[in-house]
Amino acid sequence: MAEKTILLDHGSGGLASQQLISDLFLKYLDNKTLHSLEDSAILQNRRGRLAFTTDSYVVDPIFFPGGDIGKLAVHGTINDLAMRGATPYCLSLGLILEEGFALDELERIIISISEACREAGVPVVTGDTKVVPRGKGDKIFINTSGIGFVAKDIDISSKNAKEGDAVLLSGTMGDHGITIMTRRAGIAVQGDLQSDTMPLHNLVAALLAELPGDVHTLRDPTRGGVATTLNEVAAASGLTIELSDESLPIRPQVRAACELLGLEPLYLANEGKCLAIVSGNQAEKALAVMRATKEGKDAAIIGRLVAGRAGRVIVNTPVGGTRVVTPLHGMPLPRIC
Amino acid sequence: MKYVDEYRDVSLARPLVEELKKAVTKPLRIMEVCGSHTMAVFRNGLRTILPPGMELVSGPGCPVCVTSASHMDAFISMADRPGVRVAIFGDLFRVPGTKGSLAEASSRGAKVDIVYSPMDALDLAVKNPHELVVFLGVGFETTTPGIAATILTAHNTKVKNFTVFSTQKVMPAPMEALLSDPALKIDGLLCPGHVSSIIGAGTWEPLAKKYNLACVVSGFETADLLKSLILLARQVGNNDIKVENVYPRAVSWEGNLRAAKVVAEIFEPADMDWRGLGRIPASGLKIRDKYAEFDAEVRLDIKLPEAKEPKGCMCGNILKGMSTPRECPLFATRCTTANPIGPCMVSSEGTCAAYYKYGRDE
Repeated sequence: MAEKTILLDHGSGGLASQQLISDLFLKYLDNKTLHSLEDSAILQNRRGRLAFTTDSYVVDPIFFPGGDIGKLAVHGTINDLAMRGATPYCLSLGLILEEGFALDELERIIISISEACREAGVPVVTGDTKVVPRGKGDKIFINTSGIGFVAKDIDISSKNAKEGDAVLLSGTMGDHGITIMTRRAGIAVQGDLQSDTMPLHNLVAALLAELPGDVHTLRDPTRGGVATTLNEVAAASGLTIELSDESLPIRPQVRAACELLGLEPLYLANEGKCLAIVSGNQAEKALAVMRATKEGKDAAIIGRLVAGRAGRVIVNTPVGGTRVVTPLHGMPLPRIC
Repeated sequence: MKYVDEYRDVSLARPLVEELKKAVTKPLRIMEVCGSHTMAVFRNGLRTILPPGMELVSGPGCPVCVTSASHMDAFISMADRPGVRVAIFGDLFRVPGTKGSLAEASSRGAKVDIVYSPMDALDLAVKNPHELVVFLGVGFETTTPGIAATILTAHNTKVKNFTVFSTQKVMPAPMEALLSDPALKIDGLLCPGHVSSIIGAGTWEPLAKKYNLACVVSGFETADLLKSLILLARQVGNNDIKVENVYPRAVSWEGNLRAAKVVAEIFEPADMDWRGLGRIPASGLKIRDKYAEFDAEVRLDIKLPEAKEPKGCMCGNILKGMSTPRECPLFATRCTTANPIGPCMVSSEGTCAAYYKYGRDE
């Protein structure tokens, strides 16, 4: 690694994060299960397959339109399990609290966690709390780990994407990312911006029930956005992904805020969206299944996998041109002009 | 979105692509002056559908790209000083000086805040009365009026701990410096839309006349860009050179006189260092003595360090449109968007970043 200290970029979910993982974590911790770097690990023994994942949440602000850090911690980990086709079973909850953090805010977060767990039908079954001196943390950090079970014959992985497959996105892009960014900046945008945080395991269950065998890859485009996630899929599958600019679903208020800040919605984080890569001839059926769920009512077919340079994502523009979409480099930063 | 959707309307834009093909009757090289134009061209994939004979080169209009390494070093050493809080526009965060970047300064404890407007920096000063807040003024005419108005507000509200480090630059002085280089072969300019909204479309007329240069002031949407390229091709094809304005919804011939007045109250012309282009007379703005208390260079007694351009970096020639990034020995080897060396790789608007990210010449 070129850097001597940890930069904010290392937490962006983009190239710097990938470099940290490959150059440091894999260097010392590599094993067959970890190596695939999927959303959760699949562990197998004679009695079946287990999905196991962990994620930490450090979002600022801790309360935001559409959710809070607690809800995010539940949904994020459930979604990482769902993206391997697993049925989420239980969660752990680890809290790191800063000295002086208001107890009523903590209570709000715990209530929110309990609601999210109840709605999703996935309980917290173990937990831990630590308190650090004032200034050594930022109010509250949460870690959740999750365990799920993978049904027989389910094999969902980025490397399973095939030539001719269709790429579906379960809803609009960038709602979470832009909500957090505008909140941090204190920018009021007309029309309500709100986080899309929600659990996706029911949508995934519906897809797997209706299209067994035709769902090849599921990914939730969180940090780094749709662009970075699809680059990872293109790399893992050794194919090119072609997107159509006009088919990318985005709310007008999100687009307006992106225009204002000079941000590309393809790079913004989502917390309640899933990319599904399915057999090309089943694309319309998959779309109908997604749209019939409340999580996927705005779903769209956004592109397809084609032969071509491995690991490349291309967008076809409305005027007949093309542009290449690379993974996120550093943090998405607003531009000067 | 009003003023956006109608200009991105495919049913309008598609015929313009055909019209452009017909308009290009002889080879021509156009420089897009403004970084936001560069971005808009990429976003639309316009380079991939340009008719044969038409070439677009990116000029010096990306404010981050033309910020000199010595200025970056001064910014970074200032951020490292105790009691100083630096406020910046986002894309300055990762720009390298000769030793590190503001991102690295931030990681070792320097106070670096990303703001969306200079007024936010003034708020920071009010909220942190025991710190000296320095807003790093990097940009062209589009950002200058806001900075001038902020200094005026600080003056009127008697905020004592707010300053600006001005590296503000002006158009079209650097264009004149570029165009006087006989090696630079340019037939026309895609003139900046937002800068021209302040300085006026008429500003480009002397350049058009002196250098026989087709000039079209353009907006940033698909139809704006295509229409402007068509007019540039026709001007060159018919040898009918002039300044045309296809962005009248934002740009007038005279410009924004009210903004100019606020700017003139606070700033005066100054020589300015440009990355890759060197020092250009009267191409920048410094804070007038009357407002010296808001001038970070005065308050912190900053002497600009002598900075050398990174060894091997060809950003200078690339900014002039005389070399392409592929010709640079550092490009895509030592210099990447993840670890940028030259400024053209840092900014999302930079020519090298665009080549690197969008694979422009493939």
